[in-house]
Amino acid sequence: MPKALYRLLLSLCLLLPLAAHASEAEYFAAAKPNDQARLLQEWAAQPDPARLALLTSLQQGRISPDDNRKLRLNNRLRGLVDNALASHQLLSGDPATRLQAAQQLQKTAQPAQVAFLDRQYATEKDDSVHAALGLALANLQLAAAEPSVRLAAVRLLGETGDPMARTRLEALLDPAVESDAGVRTAAETSLAQVKRKLLVGEILGQAFSGLSLGSILLLAALGLAITFGLLGVINMAHGEMLMLGAYTTYVVQIMVQRYAPGALEFYPLLALPVAFAVSAGVGMALERTVIRHLYGRPLETLLATWGISLILIQAIRLVFGAQNVEVANPAWLSGGIQVLPNLVLPWSRIVIIGFALFVVLLTWLLLNRTRLGLNVRAVTQNRNMAACCGVPTGRVDMLAFGLGSGIAGLGGVALSQIGNVGPDLGQSYIIDSFLVVVLGGVGQLAGSLWAAFGLGIANKLLEPQIGAVLGKILILALIILFIQKRPQGLFALKGRVID
Amino acid sequence: MNQPLLVTATQKAGPKLSLAIGAVVLLVLVALPLLSLLPDGHALQVSAYTLTLVGKILCYAIVALALDLVWGYAGLLSLGHGLFFALGGYAMGMYLMREAAGDGLPAFMSFLSWSELPWYWAGTQHFAWAMCLVVLAPGLLALVFGYFAFRSRIKGVYFSIMTQALTFAGMLLFFRNETGFGGNNGFTNFRTLLGFDITAQGTRAVLFLLTVALLVASLYLGWRLARSKFGRVLTALRDAENRLMFCGYDPRGFKLFIWVLSAVLCGLAGALYVPQVGIINPSEMSPTNSIEAAVWVALGGRGTLIGPLLGAGLVNGMKSWFTVAFPEFWLFFLGALFILVTLYLPKGVVGLLKKRGEQ
Amino acid sequence: MRFPSIHPEFMLEPIIDEGSGRDAIGLGQVVSPGLDARHGTVLTLEDINVSFDGFKAINGLNLYIGVGELRCIIGPNGAGKTTMMDVITGKTRPTSGKAWFGDTLDLTRMSEVQIAQAGIGRKFQKPTVFEALTVFENLELAQKTDKSVWACLGARLSGEQRTRIDEVLATIRLEPSRNRPAGLLSHGQKQFLEIGMLLMQDPQLLLLDEPVAGMTDAETEFTAELFKSLAGKHSLMVVEHDMGFVGSIADHVTVLHQGSVLAEGSLAQVQADDRVIEVYLGR
Repeated sequence: MPKALYRLLLSLCLLLPLAAHASEAEYFAAAKPNDQARLLQEWAAQPDPARLALLTSLQQGRISPDDNRKLRLNNRLRGLVDNALASHQLLSGDPATRLQAAQQLQKTAQPAQVAFLDRQYATEKDDSVHAALGLALANLQLAAAEPSVRLAAVRLLGETGDPMARTRLEALLDPAVESDAGVRTAAETSLAQVKRKLLVGEILGQAFSGLSLGSILLLAALGLAITFGLLGVINMAHGEMLMLGAYTTYVVQIMVQRYAPGALEFYPLLALPVAFAVSAGVGMALERTVIRHLYGRPLETLLATWGISLILIQAIRLVFGAQNVEVANPAWLSGGIQVLPNLVLPWSRIVIIGFALFVVLLTWLLLNRTRLGLNVRAVTQNRNMAACCGVPTGRVDMLAFGLGSGIAGLGGVALSQIGNVGPDLGQSYIIDSFLVVVLGGVGQLAGSLWAAFGLGIANKLLEPQIGAVLGKILILALIILFIQKRPQGLFALKGRVID
Repeated sequence: MNQPLLVTATQKAGPKLSLAIGAVVLLVLVALPLLSLLPDGHALQVSAYTLTLVGKILCYAIVALALDLVWGYAGLLSLGHGLFFALGGYAMGMYLMREAAGDGLPAFMSFLSWSELPWYWAGTQHFAWAMCLVVLAPGLLALVFGYFAFRSRIKGVYFSIMTQALTFAGMLLFFRNETGFGGNNGFTNFRTLLGFDITAQGTRAVLFLLTVALLVASLYLGWRLARSKFGRVLTALRDAENRLMFCGYDPRGFKLFIWVLSAVLCGLAGALYVPQVGIINPSEMSPTNSIEAAVWVALGGRGTLIGPLLGAGLVNGMKSWFTVAFPEFWLFFLGALFILVTLYLPKGVVGLLKKRGEQ
Repeated sequence: MRFPSIHPEFMLEPIIDEGSGRDAIGLGQVVSPGLDARHGTVLTLEDINVSFDGFKAINGLNLYIGVGELRCIIGPNGAGKTTMMDVITGKTRPTSGKAWFGDTLDLTRMSEVQIAQAGIGRKFQKPTVFEALTVFENLELAQKTDKSVWACLGARLSGEQRTRIDEVLATIRLEPSRNRPAGLLSHGQKQFLEIGMLLMQDPQLLLLDEPVAGMTDAETEFTAELFKSLAGKHSLMVVEHDMGFVGSIADHVTVLHQGSVLAEGSLAQVQADDRVIEVYLGR
């Protein structure tokens, strides 16, 4: 079709908004990709409320609101559809929709839209939408002819904490791109401003992933602290309880997929009790068969439990293979909350932090409000005395061991949602969890809590600054120095030294 | 368990029998490298593979002995002796890499397109300085770590885990390419040692003999220490540290001395291990390796001098058979060994033999 | 029996070098030659307070022990007797207060090892001996000599030292068990071995926590004789619940109650004191 004719038809369509509805959709569907792009750009520059429905359906991959046939668009066109839709949504009555549209436009707006955005900017009443629009406009104005407009735009960009503003401003530093020296200087100042804001986001992001690492450490260390306080023994196979929990999640996921695909969304919830039961069962079995016979010989127990961990790892390797297995996040755990332009808090991590705190609360209640808890505390403080008072120490040991291992199993479920699941998974956590116990003091829930989050955050904050390895070494050195000052840990009770 | 079993066993079984067994073992160990020099195809020729394997096990036996000095006598279970072993090995490896590279940079540095040696490589082309490093690197690290650990009275499982964390950190550090020790691959492709071809039978035989000599020297040193008042203070320290302090002994000095000595012995063993095996990489520092050394000592019998040697020989002999015959089941076997030894053989094979001897 | 007394010429020497902090690693410390106690008190505790998380174990304690004195400390459980010993031996640091050994040594600034080397020996409530070593070796380790690492590496027993060990072995009547591991001794024998180790240490001040617990009557009587023969040349502080034993040895008794001194005097005086009767002896 000759281009002129096409143009004519097109402008006719634009002039006839009422009739345009259906015909626009047809034209669009029939046009070649290049023409579709031009069409979308024109729509974006001159939005018409009547076209909103069409664009919405295009975004959803349908030809038109009335026609459910699939429409294939390439990436560039999909971006243009988003842009055009945002342009139209600016006319919406709902400020939230307008805000979202303005934020979309910050990323995708084209120079042709300047006039339209300018108009909207002048009439916008809502403050946040106004600010967002200003930014979108500033992005475009960077290419304006007059230096004064560019200067204002540069200054405005300095106010944002947007990672894109940084790349835009960085480009302006080059004299070949920006001829005006005044604008270049302003760009430099603005760039520094943007970087500062981005840094805040980055640090907060690291602290947040530190918190989630801390909550995994907490779940691992909680059980370790209970068994260590009770028996004076480090269970080196404790990390493997974490691993068992994670693999249980994997198995539950596969089972649910096979037998109840409808409930797949909620498999992590189902995995929790199963993982607790599996880890607790294995823990109790170990206590009964091996650890029981080694009381009073902590170093030997260390070696024996290491042997157990070797066997468990190799068994998992033989059953599931040495490679990592795939554990998928359900939809309600993926995505996140955007707090700052460069800071997204993933739902999975938020849920894990909450879950860890919940488990701590449960453990606290269990230890402080139940008969079992009373027995555990009694045996921890004075085994012989407790035995004399009729506390069945053997049973208490077993149950406490099961509890500790079960909590680690829960930690494994949590870990499977944010990390890789492989046979060696437990090994990398056992040392860190022990350091938490050392730092927090034995048998101190509050101590474990602070130490776990402290270590997690310190780990994640140090990682980007000096590298993961040096960070680990530094933390080890700090802990050794810390023990010089407080050999009993953060929250130890003082008392007469008993020999 | 209080006295070195070599002494008690000698007293019990009569000095002649023990001496005779010792002499036979020593004779075999000295004969091995000589037999390896026989021409190919000779009926009595010992293959290079066998010689390397036995040499490797002898190096491990030295590590086991060193570990026993701190664990069996002073009650400090170190799960980080692999670190000291590897440090000694790396120090030797630096010299070998320089020797192989001639005037240029070691190959792995060229791959990283480094133009000059990092400062800590300075002087490593000289054998004498490399030998100093073999002693200094593990010795100083042990000194600093031990000083702080013993000062704050870290002991028992706390000490064990701290040492494990230390070797874990060391492994991560050496895995990095930027650390300047060849990253993942470590050092390999050695050519000459002091100008002698490292793969030549003669060089291998001499290295083997040196290892035997170091083993005998460590054994003698351990024997002298165990018989001295120092050894008795260590035993006292293991059993009742507080009482010892109220007797006027400062336990920290004693622990530090034996700890550093043990680390240096490990470093020397590592330095002899590397040219014989021909490779050193960070996996030598993995916590698994160090804790495996503990099971050698436990199996043989800790607090004795021959126990660790026996344990190292038994476990490593089995390992080299297992990893060929049933590679998948080696870890099961090792794990079971850990459990069974701690449950049923608290005094190790030597303890078992001693019991038999008494009955 | 011969117990070397304090040599006057050493009394003028200051014992702790300037700058040797309590955390120095003791690779080469020497045993202090003597003790400056010219004013007649070997131990001075003034206004000592110890609290554990708000609980006051010792509360404004004042106690003086003279040179050559044999002092018995009695008091109900929880009176702070063991904590006081912990303070003297450096195991527990007082929250406030002064603790002097002789006239020159500030115990609150010395480490346990330094205090032991300066001449305070302690016997624990539960007998602790080196169970894996023989009786002879236990005594050998306790013997007063250079206890640095280097000295121990090359130490050989001199004839004189050997004689001294034999003497003490005879004193504590463990001659026949000299080559048995100490772990195989009976409870009473371990008590004696520990007392023997204190004798070998030759301290100026001996702190004895319930020394006759688990001993037969004959052994108790013998211990009383032994302590009486030690007094005069050494100062002794004995914590004991056995009133018969206290009566047979003590010329001076201190009663502790709730972390401070309730009464002091001869056993008869103390037993007549109304407050003491109230809290401890009578009901």
